[in-house]
Amino acid sequence: MSTVIGEGYTVEADPPYDQHSISLRSRDELMALRLNRFTAWLQNLELREYLISFTSVTVMFALWVFVTETGIANELFLPGPVAIYDAFTRVLFDGYQGSTLIEHVGTSLYRILSGFGLACLVGIPLGIAMGMSRSVHASFSPFIEFYRPLPPLGLYTLLVMWLGIGEASKLALLFLAGLPGIIIATIQAVNDINPTFIRASKTLGATRMQLIKEVYLPGAGPTILTGMRISLGFVYTVLVAAEIVAATAGIGWMIWDAAKFLLSDIVIMGLIVLGITGVLLDLVMRMIGRILMPWTTVRKL
Amino acid sequence: MTTSMAKQDAEGSSLNGASKRSSSDRGLIEIDDVKVVYGDKTGSHTAVDSTTITIKPREFVCLLGPSGCGKSTLLSAIAGFVEPSDGTVKLDGELIDGPGPDRGMVFQQYSLLPWKTIYQNIEMGPRLANDIEASKTANSFLEMVGLSKYRDHYPVQLSGGMQQRVGIARALATYPSVMLMDEPFGALDAQTRLVMQENLLSIWNEFGTTVVFVTHDVDEAVFLSDRILVMSASPGRIIADLKNDVPRPRLQSMSTREDFTKLKLKCLEVIRAESMRAFEMQNT
Repeated sequence: MSTVIGEGYTVEADPPYDQHSISLRSRDELMALRLNRFTAWLQNLELREYLISFTSVTVMFALWVFVTETGIANELFLPGPVAIYDAFTRVLFDGYQGSTLIEHVGTSLYRILSGFGLACLVGIPLGIAMGMSRSVHASFSPFIEFYRPLPPLGLYTLLVMWLGIGEASKLALLFLAGLPGIIIATIQAVNDINPTFIRASKTLGATRMQLIKEVYLPGAGPTILTGMRISLGFVYTVLVAAEIVAATAGIGWMIWDAAKFLLSDIVIMGLIVLGITGVLLDLVMRMIGRILMPWTTVRKL
Repeated sequence: MTTSMAKQDAEGSSLNGASKRSSSDRGLIEIDDVKVVYGDKTGSHTAVDSTTITIKPREFVCLLGPSGCGKSTLLSAIAGFVEPSDGTVKLDGELIDGPGPDRGMVFQQYSLLPWKTIYQNIEMGPRLANDIEASKTANSFLEMVGLSKYRDHYPVQLSGGMQQRVGIARALATYPSVMLMDEPFGALDAQTRLVMQENLLSIWNEFGTTVVFVTHDVDEAVFLSDRILVMSASPGRIIADLKNDVPRPRLQSMSTREDFTKLKLKCLEVIRAESMRAFEMQNT
């Protein structure tokens, strides 16, 4: 004779059975259920990833506090979180070398977005043309493949000689940093489009121009977006280099300038702010992608 | 939703005016001594060897044969994707040079544009043809295949059978005189395939387009066609031209009728003899 006392658990006993032992078993059962729920929650992959990320950041932060508070780290090179926060409010309200933090960030974001925007404006159409036509590909790829591995600083000296020390050479460098990633991703995206989509559209009467609008551009969209996200990272990597020469504002310049005076609190604060803008821009791009390409996020019924 | 269309076949009722411009005399396909050779310097492969066929308007022709026998290549030549190395393909007396909306095409699977909704997929053809009533046309075809409810869904959200119904609606929305179908039900499960075959016949009955249907399924060929062209491989050519006299309207229950099974056996016999010949050739 068995009695069901909970989900999947039964008590094997002949009546009259021991009431006490049953209630004990039920309590165990309850504990087991709770434990099960906890492990199930941990097994929720997305949640677990967040938890792990959160934990590792917290540990890192605690380590930072520890080494600065105990004096293990030299404050000249690694100031504590409080010093960084002070540097943040100081630059935010009083400014650094004549510009406030907002101005520094604004100037840099303007440069990044102009250079990156220009790279997208040129890179996406060029990538589609190169993906669709082998001759266009053959005409442009030698140049792109050649300059792509060049160190940005080496390129920059030439750009300064050509375009002067003003804004033009800075934007040109950021533009050139972002361009190849976008072009290569776009070419790949176009090549990866299922040929059946193109055939099907041709039987519906699509001309070459209509194919670009109806098939190539939307079909390549998701991969282009990935390419854009990676390229934005490249643009960020050359920001400091671009702002070294003859700048008076910009977060990259601020970091560079502060380093000359060993103002490590401002350097670290500047890097954190720069990092946060990067993460936010990436988030914005992903959101725009979701709005422009709703089919990539729909679920099967 | 699928049975309603089979019912319409029996009743012969009108399908929401979608077929208002149905063709009657268009859709004559003349394939004259067509040869398709693929290859480069290293070697060539004759996919289709000197083939001559005439397909009458409104005729439902099945190209039956094993995979790799060149039946899809022949279909591609009619569609205009492949240029014959020799010979000509004509539609209503006009030489075919490239794909166009006068020949609607239904592919095996995953041919709907994933970034367009079901409605947008069907509406694309009429819109590109500057049909001023493109939206109305698309909606009536959507209704014809019984998927109005899924108008704003994306293809990934639909089952394989539903996607193929959209594929058929899309191919017909430009009012082609010929519908070319490349194993359209090959990827579907057996039950869905049977329902789709009945659906297709009811739609064809309404539109009266010429249909060239590629399949390797003998039952499917016998169930659907007016005429079966059996193809054989290397080099791809037509080895039998069989008339299908099983009366219409066809129902799946007819598959046990004597004329049905007789034709099926005839097809199998031709295919078997050919396979034996090919087998012997390989061994000598």
